[in-house]
Amino acid sequence: MTDKQRVCVTVNGRRYERWVEPRLTLVDFLRHELHLGGTHVGCEHGICGLCTVLIDGRSGRSCLTLAVQVDGAEVTTIESLRDPSTGALHPIQQAFVDAHGLQCGFCTPGFIMTTVELLRENPDPSDEEIKRALDGNLCRCTGYQSILASVRLAARRLREGREA
Amino acid sequence: MSAGPPAAPVGARLPRLEDPRLVSGRGCFVDDLQLPGMLHLDILRSPHAHARIHAIDAAAARALPGVAAVYTGTGLAQFLRVLPSAGGMEGFNAPEHHALAIERVRFVGEGVAAVLATDRYVARDARELIRVSYEVLPAVADPEAALAPDAPLLHEALGTNRAFEMRIGSDVREALERAAHVVRGRFVNQRIVPNTMETRGAVAHFEPWDERLTVWLSTQAPHLMRREFARFLAFPEHRLRVIAPDVGGAFGAKNNPYAEELLAAALALKHRAPVKWIEERQEHMLVTSHARAQTVELHAGVREDGTLLALHYRLVADMGAYYHAITHIGPMMTAALMTGAYRIPYAATDIVSVFTNTTPTDPYRGFGRAEAAYFIERTMDLIARELGLDAVELRRRNLIRRDEFPFATPTGHVHESGDFQLCLERALERFDYEGARREQARLRATGRCIGIGLTTHAWRAGFPSVPGGKGYVISGWEKTSVSIDPGGTVRAVIGTSPHGQGIVTTTAQIVAGELRIAPRDVRIIHGDTDAVTQGNGTMGSRSLVVGGSATLLAARQLRDKAVRLAAHLLRVPAERVTLEAGVFSDCGDPARRVTLAAVAAHAFAGPQDLPEGLEPGLEATAFFEAPNFTSCFGTHACVVEVEPQTGEVRILRYVAVDDIGRAINPMIVEGQLHGGLAQGIGQALMEEASYDAAGQPLAASFLDYATPRATDLPRFEVELTETPSTVNPLGARGIGEAGTVAAPPAVVNAVLDALAPLGVRHLDMPLTPHKVWRAIREADA
Repeated sequence: MTDKQRVCVTVNGRRYERWVEPRLTLVDFLRHELHLGGTHVGCEHGICGLCTVLIDGRSGRSCLTLAVQVDGAEVTTIESLRDPSTGALHPIQQAFVDAHGLQCGFCTPGFIMTTVELLRENPDPSDEEIKRALDGNLCRCTGYQSILASVRLAARRLREGREA
Repeated sequence: MSAGPPAAPVGARLPRLEDPRLVSGRGCFVDDLQLPGMLHLDILRSPHAHARIHAIDAAAARALPGVAAVYTGTGLAQFLRVLPSAGGMEGFNAPEHHALAIERVRFVGEGVAAVLATDRYVARDARELIRVSYEVLPAVADPEAALAPDAPLLHEALGTNRAFEMRIGSDVREALERAAHVVRGRFVNQRIVPNTMETRGAVAHFEPWDERLTVWLSTQAPHLMRREFARFLAFPEHRLRVIAPDVGGAFGAKNNPYAEELLAAALALKHRAPVKWIEERQEHMLVTSHARAQTVELHAGVREDGTLLALHYRLVADMGAYYHAITHIGPMMTAALMTGAYRIPYAATDIVSVFTNTTPTDPYRGFGRAEAAYFIERTMDLIARELGLDAVELRRRNLIRRDEFPFATPTGHVHESGDFQLCLERALERFDYEGARREQARLRATGRCIGIGLTTHAWRAGFPSVPGGKGYVISGWEKTSVSIDPGGTVRAVIGTSPHGQGIVTTTAQIVAGELRIAPRDVRIIHGDTDAVTQGNGTMGSRSLVVGGSATLLAARQLRDKAVRLAAHLLRVPAERVTLEAGVFSDCGDPARRVTLAAVAAHAFAGPQDLPEGLEPGLEATAFFEAPNFTSCFGTHACVVEVEPQTGEVRILRYVAVDDIGRAINPMIVEGQLHGGLAQGIGQALMEEASYDAAGQPLAASFLDYATPRATDLPRFEVELTETPSTVNPLGARGIGEAGTVAAPPAVVNAVLDALAPLGVRHLDMPLTPHKVWRAIREADA
C-alpha cells in the first residue's frame, strides 16, 4: 500500500474530493467510493467495454484508468442521462428499451455511453459506422442486431428532436 | 389498475418491463451489494495442470494488515464437506472434489488457498504473498490421450481416467452391415467458455439474531442452490435464503454450486461477518464450467435411395478434472438426440466419458443438444457429398413427416409433435435456395469462393422430471402463484429465475391476457427463496414452456374465482359474466359492472358476503409439469464467402426459420434467436478454449479468447412459424437455445461447401482464418 493521494473530480456535474490509493481504478472509485453502481466491470483488462464512461467528453475504459488520473477532469456516467427533474429516460436509453437493445442488461450502460459519444460526433451514422463505433463493446446476449437498431432509432429521434 | 390495456397482450411486441431500470444503471447485481463489515474473499489458484502440493506458506499473507484469515484445503477439510456433483450416479467413477485442493491440483485454476481481507485490493496483495511448493506431475489435456493405458492418472484412487461408459440406443451392427453405403467421419465439438458478461459472484451474510444465512448469488437456480448450499454447509435449509438479484447472463454456467460461492457462505458463517467474492474475468475463463468438448467417430448406414438406415457414434466426452453439477448429462443428451430430425430406424451411441487435466465442463446454452445437432447435421452433409446428392434433397428424404408424430427414436426420445417440412419449405422460399445455388455457380465461375449451408435441426426443451434420478436432481415441474391483493395489485410469483430472457414481461403478458388488464399492472416476483417458496430456475429453454404454463394455469384459476365473485356481486349466473379491460359486466345488461379491483377488495372484506363454499382472498397457485420434452425445430440457411488468400470467412446471408409453437412476445423471441445465433457463430468461427499438451490453457483472457463483436456478425433474417406443442397448455416451444443448436452446423456446412472445389473435405471448429488458410494450402499441395 502506498500513501493516499488527493483526487478532485467532477462526476455527473457534482464535484468530489477524495483521498485514494494511487492504484485504485476509476471504476472501483465510481462504484465503491461514490456509490455509482451503474458502471459495470466485465474483464478488468480493457477489452469488453462494459466500464465505458466519458472522461472530459471522450469515451474511456474506467477499468484501465486510475482514479488519480482523472484529477481535475469531468467524468460522465450512465446515472447522469435520465432527466433529473422528470426522471424521463434519455432518448438513447428509451431507444434501447423500444428496440430491445438489451437482455441481461449488464453490458448496456457501456453501450449507451459509447453511443452518447458516437451520436454527438456523428448524428446520422451508417450501419457500418455504428458497428465500428460499438466494436469495443462486448455483448453476449443480443447478437448486436437490436443494439444496432436501438442506435439507429436513437439517432433518428435525436435528429428529429433537434429539428423540431 | 389502469384502464385501456392493449387488446391482446399475448402476441404483442411489448417493450420489456425489465428495461427502464437496467438502461438507467439502476440494476442491482451481486457486486452492487455492500454490507457493513464485509470481508472480501480471494482465491490463489494453481498455475500447474497437475502437481502435488508439498507445502503452503501463508505466514506473510496472514501478517498483512487487513487480512482476517488464510485457508488451505487441508484446513477447510476440518469443517467442510466435499463439493456437490454428479458423483452420486450409480456406476460412475466419482472423484472427491474439495472447495480447495488437498495435496494435489488437477487443472490450471484449481483453488489452492483462500484469503479473507477487509479490502479487495488487500486480499489480492495477500494472495500474491502465499508461497506454494509444488511437485509438477505429468498432465493430460486431451481426452483420447487420457484413455491410453500409460496416461497420467488424475485420480489415483479411481485407477482410471474413465468417468463412466454407457450405451444408449438400439443394436446397429446388423443394419450397418446390410446398408448399401457406410459413411465414416469424425467430428469435434470443441471446448468453449460461456463468458457471461457478468462474471460469477456471491455475497453471504449470517444474521445471528435469527440464525439465518442469506446468500446473494449470481445464479440461474436459487432454489437448487438453497438445497445444495444447505447440504454442503450442513446448515438447515429452512434457515437459508438464496437471492438471485439481477444476473448478467448465465447460459447454463450459473447452474452449479461452485467452490468459491460455497466457500463465501461457509466463511460468512465461520467469521460471523458478510463475505463477498467477485470472480475476475481470467478466473471465469479458468474455473467457471467450460462446455461442449465432445468428439464422435461415426458410421452412418445409408440405403440406395439415400435414406438413413443406421447410425453409430463412439462419443468421447471430456468431463474436465472433476464433475460439476450435471456434467454427465451432456453426452447422454447428445446420444438421446443423435438422430436429429430424421427417421433413422437403428441408432446407438457408445459414450466414453473421461477426466482430463482441464476445467470441468457443464451446461452451456444448447447443452448436449447443440452437440447432437452439430454431429447429425454435419453427417447429413457428409452423406450428401459422398452420395452426390443435394443437401436439401437428402434432408427431404429423411425428415420425419408431419403425420408421423409422436415419433419415438431408437435412442429413447419421443418427438411429441412438429412440422419439420413447414420450416424447411419456408426457409427455402425465403432464402431462394435455387436462386442462391445459381448465384453461387455464377460467382464461382468468376473465382469467388462461395458456400451454402443449411440445417434442419430438431432439439428439445423444458425437461420433465427423471424418475428415480440420483445425484444432483433437477425436477421438471414449475410453480406460479398469482394473486390480487385488496388494493388491486396483481402479483405473479414465479419459480423460474430469469436473467435476460424477458420472462418478467412475458409472464406479465400471460397474466394480463387472462385477467384482461395491462401487462404493466402485473408485478412479477422471482429469484428470492423467501418470496418464492419453490421453483427450479431458468435453464434448458424451460422458463416459458414450463413456467409460463404454470402461470397460465394459475391465472386461469384466479380468473375463475374472480368470475364467481363478480357474478355474486352482480347477482347473475357466472356464465353471464364477461371480463374486459379489468371490468366484469353482465353480458345481458352491460351497464351492470364491477371492476376487478372491486372484486378483489370484496374477496378480502370478510366472509359474510361470499358465494357459498368460496374462501376469502384472491390467490391461485399452479404447479405444471410437462409429460415430455417440448419438441423444437427449424431450418437455418446461410451463404458464406471465404477469402482464399487470408482464410477469412464472411457470412453474407443468414436466414433462420424456427417454430415457436406460440409466440407470447415475438420481439423477445427474435432477440433470443439473435443472441443464440451470435454464440453459435462464435463457436463456428472464433471461440475455443484450447490447452497445450501440458494442460496450460491457451486462451484465458478476452485478448486470446475471441467472442463475437458487432463487426463479426451478419444481419439475421428471422422468421417464426407457430405449430402448437402438444405437451403444454400454452402450446409454446422453447427458443432460447435454437441459435446455438443450429448456427454451428449451418455455418460449417456452408464453409465446407465453399471449400469443396478446392479439395478441402473436412475441418473442425472454430474455422479461424489461419485454419482455413492452412487447409486451402494443404489441399493445393
